[in-house]
Amino acid sequence: MTKQDKAIEQNMLKPAGLNPKVKYSIAALLLAALLGGIWWMEQTLPASSIIFTVLKKGAIYSLIAVSLNLLNGFTGLFSLGQAGFMLVGAYTYAIFTIPPESRAAVYMYYDGGIIDFALPVPVALILAGCAAGFFAFLIGLPVLRLKSDYLAIATLGFAEIIRAIIQYDKLGPITNASNLLRSFPVFRSTLFPFIVAGLCIAVICLLINSSYGRAFKAIRDDEIAAEAMGINLFVHKEMALVTSAFFAGIGGALLAMFQMMVQARAFTSAMTYEILLIVVIGGIGSITGSIIASFLFIACSEWWLRFLDEVQFIGGMQVPFLRSGFRMVVFSVIIMFVVLFYRKGIMGTKEFSIDGIYRFFRRVFGGKAGKEAAPHE
Amino acid sequence: MSESNSVLHVENITMQFGGVVAVNNLSLDVNKGEIVALIGPNGAGKTTAFNVITGVYEPTNGRVDFCGETMVQNYPKGKMAKEYKGENLGLYKNAIVKSPDKITKLGIARTFQNIRLFSELTVFENVLIAKHMRARQNIFSATFRLNHKEEQRMRREAMELLEIQNMGHLKDDIAGSLPYGIQRRLEIARALATDPKLLLLDEPAAGMNPQETQDLTDFILEIKNHYNLSVFMIEHHMDLVMQISDRIYVLDFGSLIAQGLPEEISNNPKVIEAYLGVTDDAED
Amino acid sequence: MDSLSYYIQQLLTGISVGGQYALIAIGYTMVYGILRLINFAHGDIFMAAGFFMVYTSTTLPLYIALPLTLLLTVILGVSVERIAYKPLRTAPRMSIMISAIGVSYLLQNFATYYTGGLPRSYPTIPFISETIAFGSVTTSWITLLTPVLTLVLVIGLAALIKYTKVGMAMRAVSKDFETAQLMGIKINNVISITFVIGSFLAGVGSILFFTKYPTVLPTIGAMPGLKAFVAAVFGGIGSIPGAVLGAFIIGICENIIKAMGYTTFSDAFTFVLLILVLVVRPSGLFGEKTTEKV
Repeated sequence: MTKQDKAIEQNMLKPAGLNPKVKYSIAALLLAALLGGIWWMEQTLPASSIIFTVLKKGAIYSLIAVSLNLLNGFTGLFSLGQAGFMLVGAYTYAIFTIPPESRAAVYMYYDGGIIDFALPVPVALILAGCAAGFFAFLIGLPVLRLKSDYLAIATLGFAEIIRAIIQYDKLGPITNASNLLRSFPVFRSTLFPFIVAGLCIAVICLLINSSYGRAFKAIRDDEIAAEAMGINLFVHKEMALVTSAFFAGIGGALLAMFQMMVQARAFTSAMTYEILLIVVIGGIGSITGSIIASFLFIACSEWWLRFLDEVQFIGGMQVPFLRSGFRMVVFSVIIMFVVLFYRKGIMGTKEFSIDGIYRFFRRVFGGKAGKEAAPHE
Repeated sequence: MSESNSVLHVENITMQFGGVVAVNNLSLDVNKGEIVALIGPNGAGKTTAFNVITGVYEPTNGRVDFCGETMVQNYPKGKMAKEYKGENLGLYKNAIVKSPDKITKLGIARTFQNIRLFSELTVFENVLIAKHMRARQNIFSATFRLNHKEEQRMRREAMELLEIQNMGHLKDDIAGSLPYGIQRRLEIARALATDPKLLLLDEPAAGMNPQETQDLTDFILEIKNHYNLSVFMIEHHMDLVMQISDRIYVLDFGSLIAQGLPEEISNNPKVIEAYLGVTDDAED
Repeated sequence: MDSLSYYIQQLLTGISVGGQYALIAIGYTMVYGILRLINFAHGDIFMAAGFFMVYTSTTLPLYIALPLTLLLTVILGVSVERIAYKPLRTAPRMSIMISAIGVSYLLQNFATYYTGGLPRSYPTIPFISETIAFGSVTTSWITLLTPVLTLVLVIGLAALIKYTKVGMAMRAVSKDFETAQLMGIKINNVISITFVIGSFLAGVGSILFFTKYPTVLPTIGAMPGLKAFVAAVFGGIGSIPGAVLGAFIIGICENIIKAMGYTTFSDAFTFVLLILVLVVRPSGLFGEKTTEKV
């Protein structure tokens, strides 16, 4: 090996911070601690505790927000179809997992529907993702060859239309039309959404840090330059869109499980907007930002800001403004504030990482460590 | 000139935007191992010609061959059939339009007049991206790290390229934050990483002082020999052009007004009138 | 009622709905032409105009409530631009679209809060709500008035754009934002006027729409907004005659589909049309193909 080769090798393998082995061990420990913590809470706290609602829904929203971020933040495509893809995923999951013996009750207006089998949960979850991905692929075919503006409106249109079609009376034997679907297998433990969402997010992270992820980022930074580097824009945009929809579909299925029922009416464009705004608050282009923002958003909307929706009295005086709907107004104002004055969101494009924490501690305790290290050199 | 010796063959290219003819009936050749320059006053249509060759623009009429294979061929269609002002109408009957990524893959790499780096990515990533298209991988193998060896190879090649250009120490810097001259160099490095046969440089010395221009001149010669390239460049710095070009084409108002060896061009009265004589701020 | 007169009636309704969409679509297409922004809040401006009318007409006589509604709508539209879009003029385009979505979300949530989320019934405007019969075809005055009013407004707008100084400035800005600025055109004024016109027409559209379908809901703006946008794309985004023609075509087709008994698919039709346009002719009926400068 020549001298130059050695230099190349060293430069390539030079760890950016901590030794990778140490890093992975710390990450594994933290993960185990998190899951252990949840398990412990489930043993000690009553099952009806609000914290479980927040954790479950937060985990599901994290997955969906990260899936949207893959498009908006990492590929530079503006999609507004997340609610539609979730709807497809939720319905696919529900339709294929309702046990045959419950179908008569669920599809009471349609003679028990036309499907008389049930798939195992993991298969149905993957199928939910595939169904959403398939629709995304179809939308992408005409739209992704055009200016990116059209993607926003085509996906938004898709989300609005798929909702109407699922409620179409003639499809009742499959979709139960505008009636809700229920009795499908759900989860009880908070660990389930954490593990499923965690695995999915891990896959998205792997993708983003792979050669394809770099190609996505190249497209985001400069389409023309990316094309000049031999990257086929259409193919790569399709990949990003289908992957995003796949995980949004799984997210939708998880949401159906969480709610224990699913109804097309609920998947409105407002739902997409909420997810988009979570991504903005977390920082467009930051996975960890999206996750943090999801839990914050859910905690606020389900728990911390609930009081805004209730008429309150302090010392016999009614607190002004507080009544049903005020919470959402406060939310919207906060979001507009972030959009206008704090455009980077919580994390910007940075990631929360073990290296980052390590560097932070080094900075804080840097002086001491530096002095100690000096005599050895 | 034998057919096999030709790398780039541009034939009767006309590019018309609405009623404006930006490039008019341009024909030129770049042969193996040559450095060919395309010069002309600002707005003469040089960059447009580059954009046609690399597939960014569809020409209105004409053909581009690369190593004997047709990259782009077109004829006036639809509304343009009536509005067409150029020549050689009816010479080309069918349209072949290869997208820029395919053309890059076949071996034409380019830089841009107004630098187009992936400004939010690191220097290393910028070069590494060029390796993506030729890697034996798919989205699954890449995501699940089943192509570890391939990824290692891509990284090694990208790093080698940076080391050769003495940019190894900059590898973790964000491309957008680099000084202008280095950004230009990085853009060339990135183009080289696509393993081209033909390198198109769009004003590589723009904004450089004489010393930097001289360094660049040496650098172009060096990479040409090292990678066995043909080079086709647009440039305003006449000393650079005269020093390294094998042949020169001169474009004015979209049309070719002269071609030949550097000394022929510098003595051509038409060129002097159109270019050297009239525009004295040719340096920018 | 025989089937022919039924179809004629549906056709008339379709033309009338098309006129309402056209008035909304102009707002989309003008804003896109100038700012390259899909103004997602435009459908909610339309919704807000509905509520303005509901609330003003409870205390004020109609001849005051009507102009006041239009005035409030214009003020809302221009304030949205000033507060939510103007600060982001130099930001990446995605930011300003997100801001538009934020405004849409805010307007919907505020309307839900203010109204308690209950549907409100729109006041009846005398005369134009009355029905009229031609032989066996019965229809309301509003159905006949809408296309006429739409065309008058569109012709007025076309004249404004073609013959006035402001119109010339608008054309210049939509052609080339930066150069127009360098030529001394006061960009901010031009943009404000665009929003004044867009909001005013959305306000008129809302009066016509809700007179026909007299229930106002906080989420009512989404569907007409989406359809109007598709109309704008269909006609060639940036082109006003295109948007108007597209809107009439969508309105008519939609009502024919409804008349045939496929109400669910009348909405899906819009989406199919959008996809078809994007496949066959992405620049729309009157749009120009643009080449990005490299």
